[in-house]
Amino acid sequence: MSFGRPLLRTSYEADAAILPTWFQKGSAIVALLGVTLMALGFGPLEAIPKFLLGNTWINPVTITVVFAIAALGINILVGVTGQVSLGHAFFMGTGAYTAVMLGGNVGEEESWKACVPFHDNMGLLAEQGECGLGLPIWIWLPASGVVAAAIGVLVSPAAVKVRGLYLAIVTVGLVFIGLHLGRMLPEWAGDFESGRKWPKLDLRLWKEETPLVEMTEDGKWFGLIHLSEEQKQFFFLFSIMLLMLWFAKNLVRSRTGRALQAIRDRDVAAEVMGVPEFKYKRIGFAISSAYAGIAGALFASLNGRVSPVDFGLLLSVDFIAILLIGGAGTIAGTMLGTVFVELLPEVVEKFTAWMATKLDAGGPVGLISNFLLTEGGEGDFGPISIATVAPGWPMSTFQWNFVIYGVLIVVFLIFEPLGLFGVWLKVRNYWKGWPFSY
Amino acid sequence: MSHLLEVDNIVLRFGGVTAIDGVSFHVDEGELFAVIGPNGAGKTSVFNSLSQVYRPQEGDIKWKGSSIMGLRPDAVAELGIARTFQNIALFGQMTVIDNLLMGRHIRMKGNWWQNMLWKASKAEEMANREKVEDIIDFLEISPYRKMPVALLPYGIQKRVELGRALAMDPELLLLDEPAAGMNLEETEDMARFILDIREELGIAMILVEHDMGLVMDIADRILVVDFGKPIGTGLPEEVQQNPDVIAAYLGGDFVDL
Repeated sequence: MSFGRPLLRTSYEADAAILPTWFQKGSAIVALLGVTLMALGFGPLEAIPKFLLGNTWINPVTITVVFAIAALGINILVGVTGQVSLGHAFFMGTGAYTAVMLGGNVGEEESWKACVPFHDNMGLLAEQGECGLGLPIWIWLPASGVVAAAIGVLVSPAAVKVRGLYLAIVTVGLVFIGLHLGRMLPEWAGDFESGRKWPKLDLRLWKEETPLVEMTEDGKWFGLIHLSEEQKQFFFLFSIMLLMLWFAKNLVRSRTGRALQAIRDRDVAAEVMGVPEFKYKRIGFAISSAYAGIAGALFASLNGRVSPVDFGLLLSVDFIAILLIGGAGTIAGTMLGTVFVELLPEVVEKFTAWMATKLDAGGPVGLISNFLLTEGGEGDFGPISIATVAPGWPMSTFQWNFVIYGVLIVVFLIFEPLGLFGVWLKVRNYWKGWPFSY
Repeated sequence: MSHLLEVDNIVLRFGGVTAIDGVSFHVDEGELFAVIGPNGAGKTSVFNSLSQVYRPQEGDIKWKGSSIMGLRPDAVAELGIARTFQNIALFGQMTVIDNLLMGRHIRMKGNWWQNMLWKASKAEEMANREKVEDIIDFLEISPYRKMPVALLPYGIQKRVELGRALAMDPELLLLDEPAAGMNLEETEDMARFILDIREELGIAMILVEHDMGLVMDIADRILVVDFGKPIGTGLPEEVQQNPDVIAAYLGGDFVDL
């Protein structure tokens, strides 16, 4: 490691490292430390997310971590392999349902089927069904990845032969098939609205009473430190995310990842270079689906409810938004995009709520919030509605979030196709050239 | 005697258009064979048939005595036939190093799960990186190594593409207009690289080129095609004297083929 000349490398291994410069290594360590301290509730650091996301900030952040895993998957398929897929939600659903069937909370007896009362396809309330098999996480988590990948491979013969828009349409079909199956098979999918019981994150060896690593209650962890349930889950999921991140990074810096990128850039040339196109597209599809499956399973257990409606087309579109805003094809961009897309709505909401408390405060803040917010009364104007039900203008924060996304995607497509990552590159290259070269 | 590559009377049709109409030739080890002909004569179609991107309807292509007809393009690549493209088909968003490493793809073995774990594939990646660096040195493109190829000037891109084909450790190199659109100096550089490849690495080459000066200077034998039909094969001097070739290039009375 050379501090004076960070770009000087003395081995190819150092050149291929994930974090090649000491600055990147250092920032990664600082970031990891920061996140850890933040999650542990270290005052000054915790103040930032508390301000932006409120006191329960760890919940949206944990969801973001899970979405980051899925986003890494869609990046491998869309960003790296260049196959635009809108079927990611379907594969997340596949993973989620694999998880509930294998790991779902055990009720009366162990079975694959749903545990809560459900409406059968005549719309009648059927008897209470049964639960999942109650297997431990080390079975259901990998299994959800494997099953999703297997289904990815199963549908890939249809997907590898079509490109671009056509592939997008084919994969949209998958999402609708998933939703339809959910509606038609309530004893498997659970009630369409209320879903079925979720698997717990606790790490057990088998089905014993006291888990090896417990993650669903507040309390001491490893007999060392007192953590809340949320904190435990955050740390656990964050480590899984880091592991998946490392896998993804290794993939793109080695033979398979290069072949996938080659297919994205020039598929005919890739074939002439000895890359069997269909085989590699299938690999890309399978790996991406596995990521989605694992993320879906974790999402299910975090959400505490698994229902087919969670895995609709909008979820897939979310991931495309993540890639476009963050920067398709780059892992750092995927991460930035996920944080941005998943946390921005929360920030907007919290900000609106904070503004609402200042409505009568007077002064400049009160004036601005009066201008922006409306409670729906006579003569009260403003673009953001804080009344509970507000169809049409003024719009609620929920609706505004959609508008913000739409605008952001258009802005990024036109001005910065590389997304947030491209913005970072520009900043970095500017400082690279300014007064000193390093 | 068995040749390295033997093309026997191939016919390639697209609907009613016969792009290649009975072309035959052979290439021996270490030979520099050139295919020339006016625009649209079917030179690139011959290349695409050799790498099986197109499938000729008739005839046979033999590699070291066994037919390669019906193989997938990637299987042809694994036999040791590498090629460059007329309109540069580099992987634009990848760096020069990654493009060349892509050329090493068929010489590497790491599969996706070994790659994802990195540990198992690290040694292989590094060994191949070293080979790639040799080629980068050979082609004098070291300043551009880390740049995405889409940003590089045309002449350099052509060189990178040659490097990518070389990285495949081929026994036969198909060069589709390596000097197209280049100025005199760049053409001379390219000619030097081609001659070096032949002398130092002993790789046989088939060259498609419009720059007659280049072709006549460096080719061992030449095949001339026009409208998909072969109109002459032989040493450069012979081809230059061939009346059909002169007619095809310079016009003149229609020669009944």
